[in-house]
Amino acid sequence: MSRLMDRLLNRSSSSASQAKERMKLVLVHDRTNLSSKVLEQLKDELIGVISRHVEIDEQAVRIEISQQGREQRLIADIPLRTVARRRLG
Amino acid sequence: MPAKVLTVTSGKGGVGKTTATANIAAALAASGAKVVCIDADIGLRNLDVVLGLENRIVYDLVDVVEGRCRLRQAMIRDKRLPELYLIPAAQTRDKSAVSPSDMVRLCDELRPEFDWVFIDSPAGIERGFRNAIAPADISIVITNPEVSAVRDADRIIGLIEAEEKGPPRLIINRIKPEMVKKGDMLSADDVLELLAIELLGLIPEDEEVIISTNRGVPVALDGKSRAGQAFRNIASRLRGEQVPFMEMEEPGGFLSQIRSFWRKGGG
Repeated sequence: MSRLMDRLLNRSSSSASQAKERMKLVLVHDRTNLSSKVLEQLKDELIGVISRHVEIDEQAVRIEISQQGREQRLIADIPLRTVARRRLG
Repeated sequence: MPAKVLTVTSGKGGVGKTTATANIAAALAASGAKVVCIDADIGLRNLDVVLGLENRIVYDLVDVVEGRCRLRQAMIRDKRLPELYLIPAAQTRDKSAVSPSDMVRLCDELRPEFDWVFIDSPAGIERGFRNAIAPADISIVITNPEVSAVRDADRIIGLIEAEEKGPPRLIINRIKPEMVKKGDMLSADDVLELLAIELLGLIPEDEEVIISTNRGVPVALDGKSRAGQAFRNIASRLRGEQVPFMEMEEPGGFLSQIRSFWRKGGG
């Protein structure tokens, strides 16, 4: 009954879609051997290296693993601070 | 034409490796191909009972490898399908009794005599799996629509790729269409998207598999069973035929009844 309520209120996704979302994350970690802890560390180190050369928006830095078929790709999105914003800041 | 060596593997145990090996091999043999199955699960043999050949074992795989018998003496011929043979695993030894190069040598000896050599891999990623995959021309990964089976299948796929065996092909076994419909089971599309390899077949959950295994008769020889049909479809695809994937909807459902009515009517 509560499941029916959940579904009517669209409160939680089906168990199958939960399984799929969980598996996506698990498989990325299994395939790359990169834990979220390592990924965080990588992000911090990247920020350190890049900030030495150019000013970046540290709060907005995103690092993630994207997948295409069975290939994994490390994607880093690092917004640069513009000169104008730098003056304001 | 020399045989193709095909290894059926899964990582996780209990997903249907032995059942799939027995049934695809039987379906190919029933269509006239000459097929030999090797049970590589030394110490936990089961392909003999699934094929109903357990009473006829004299020699086994380890006897061949250790030179106690000739290859031909260890091959049990199926009386129902005279083109189907089994080389059983040893039951009282362990995986280390055979090496990957032993398996390569054995398969090279079998190739000229057969159209297909099937190897039923043990569960796991250790020696037994290495033995089973070493001679493979084609590898098949079988899984169930469950998180643990999918995860292990992904690991096995990675290992097969690392061996540079070429991409394995996927069988999704024990699909329960009514659960998929309710959103309570990963669909074939979900599993396919997660594992991202080529699909070879979809097999619905079917009680006939248990019943026919009780009798030691491959379900692929049962013209009425849905799983049997799915195994025959896989055999056809391996022969290079284009066969559409079986619809996984509820077999007794109203829509499918109408559809099958029309299909029968229309030939």
